[in-house]
Amino acid sequence: MSSEPLLQIKKLKKYFVVERNFFGRPTATLKAVDDVSFEIYKGEAFGLVGESGCGKSTIGKMIVNVYYPTSGSIIFKGKDLISLSKSERRAYCKDIQLIFQDPYASLNPRMTIGEIISEPIRVNKLLPSNEIEARVLYLLDCVGLASNYRNRYAHEFSGGQRQRIGIARALALNPSLIVCDEPVSALDVSIQAQVVNLLVDLKKEFSLTYLFIAHGLNVVKHISDRVGVMYLGKMMEIASKKDLYEDPLNPYTQALMSAIPSIDLSAKKERIRLEGDVPSPINPPDGCRFCTRCFKAFKDCDKDQPALLEEKSNHYVACRLFDK
Amino acid sequence: MLLEIKKLKTEFSTKKGLVRAVNDVSFGVDKGEILAIVGESGSGKSVTSLSIMGLLQKPGRILDGEILLKDEDLLKKSTSELQKIRGNRISMIFQEPMTSLNPVYRIKKQLLESINIHMNLSKEDALKRVVECLRLVGIPSPEKRMNDYPHQMSGGMRQRVMIAMALSCHPEILIADEPTTALDVTIQAQILDLLYDLRQKFGMAVLLITHDLGVVAEAADRVVVMYCGKIVEEAGVKDLFTTPRHPYTIGLLESIPKLNEDREKLYMIKGMVPDPLRMPKGCSFSDRCEHCMEKCREKMPTLMSVENQKVRCFLYGDSVEEK
Repeated sequence: MSSEPLLQIKKLKKYFVVERNFFGRPTATLKAVDDVSFEIYKGEAFGLVGESGCGKSTIGKMIVNVYYPTSGSIIFKGKDLISLSKSERRAYCKDIQLIFQDPYASLNPRMTIGEIISEPIRVNKLLPSNEIEARVLYLLDCVGLASNYRNRYAHEFSGGQRQRIGIARALALNPSLIVCDEPVSALDVSIQAQVVNLLVDLKKEFSLTYLFIAHGLNVVKHISDRVGVMYLGKMMEIASKKDLYEDPLNPYTQALMSAIPSIDLSAKKERIRLEGDVPSPINPPDGCRFCTRCFKAFKDCDKDQPALLEEKSNHYVACRLFDK
Repeated sequence: MLLEIKKLKTEFSTKKGLVRAVNDVSFGVDKGEILAIVGESGSGKSVTSLSIMGLLQKPGRILDGEILLKDEDLLKKSTSELQKIRGNRISMIFQEPMTSLNPVYRIKKQLLESINIHMNLSKEDALKRVVECLRLVGIPSPEKRMNDYPHQMSGGMRQRVMIAMALSCHPEILIADEPTTALDVTIQAQILDLLYDLRQKFGMAVLLITHDLGVVAEAADRVVVMYCGKIVEEAGVKDLFTTPRHPYTIGLLESIPKLNEDREKLYMIKGMVPDPLRMPKGCSFSDRCEHCMEKCREKMPTLMSVENQKVRCFLYGDSVEEK
């Protein structure tokens, strides 16, 4: 891991207008991502966790240019992707690839596996056509699939194999950053371990950097170097995985950790019970987003959102408890 | 035993051939017990639960076996007799709370439906029962919320409504098919606590079907592990997690990343679940097993008792299952 940030997210915001009045003015907006900043260093795996609706996937989609941010900047290799023109941006986007959650929906049923994997190479004219075949075979080998699979169609494969195909497609352009959006949550436990191990191996082999988005906290812990915890569009805590899992500071992180069902019966812990549901992101609570469910909330928590501050070295937390 | 399943065999006839989804499965659930059935997709756990409810649809059919609810065989009942039992003595909650609630009716109406069918209550009392059930599952201001439509509620709330609906007629047993899979962890913890409390309060038995071993460890008393339509291990929850016996169970437990330890690589079970049309001749796990012996490829072991556990593996004995 170097000290050079590969990707810098600065004050990133994404608002979706969900309702407009008669004159077309927005009357209700959903703040999916609200003022989030973090960095990903070269060669690390950055885990992004949070419950559904916290905005983690929206961030991933903005990085790969599926959504256009409302404001903020995404600085990749020193260039702000937002300010680039479409054609310039395209050249940069080759370097960022995405692995999707649902291996059933993300592969075209009418294309053979060979076509699926070679498509990004052909579209970006990366290799002359006589070299593509060899590249596809190499990629299939990298993800542990037999070479004769290239003439088959996606429906002939199981979920785990399909996810491998999706990974091979993401690798096809030699990217430096891969955004993994819940890559294993649709898979069975025994297959999950295979895909997680594959991702770890590939990261070393191709010196990749991962943004690993997931809600399964134990998988994130296994694969990531640093982890960011999000809640309702805000970053609540960023720390190295060791600090975060051993000494979570934000009450939300603490509750999240204690809610993970553990298979270790000897380590039965007292569970922090969170009351109620996640509030609607269209009408989030004033002040700290978590104050309605927080078990440590005090009277000032509903005034304004606390900033993400460095509490210990490289351990950032957004919580009134740590305001000085 | 409150509910006893004996030698259940369920088959699906497909264009390519017959698929034995549940193959000779027997287990029992005691009053007030939470029994978990774990397995990966294709292990037959959901088909087992649908068979119990009599909800198995074509091309599936029950070939053989008995499903005894307090010594009455549910498989011998007529449809109208079954309807008196379903929702009344046995009820079920499903994985996806959005698709199992009707989007065009208020939840009040949906709750009233089973109350009106099974309980002889006046209109007023029935409504009171609705409020009572919703309060029981922890829905705030139930008098107001019962007039909501399903889309006005969050996923966790909807699952609570489903549970309220299932509880409305005081069932003896609740079948919960992946009740928390679609929910977030903090909400999952709430729902599991709720199931646990309800069991304590009413002595209701719960058949919990899940693929998540973490959920099993948190909630269950006893566990049945299924693989390819067969029970491969049956044990108390403590025994299963401290001394797992079957290589498949051991592999599953090993392959989950633990929060309190660091390791470079996760343990992997190699290969994948065999095609149900092309099952291995002997033990269905033999192709993926690290301890596979010659006879494993030829013959299927029986479910053998080892101390307090039952295991289907030749590592623990020689008894062979007859075809």
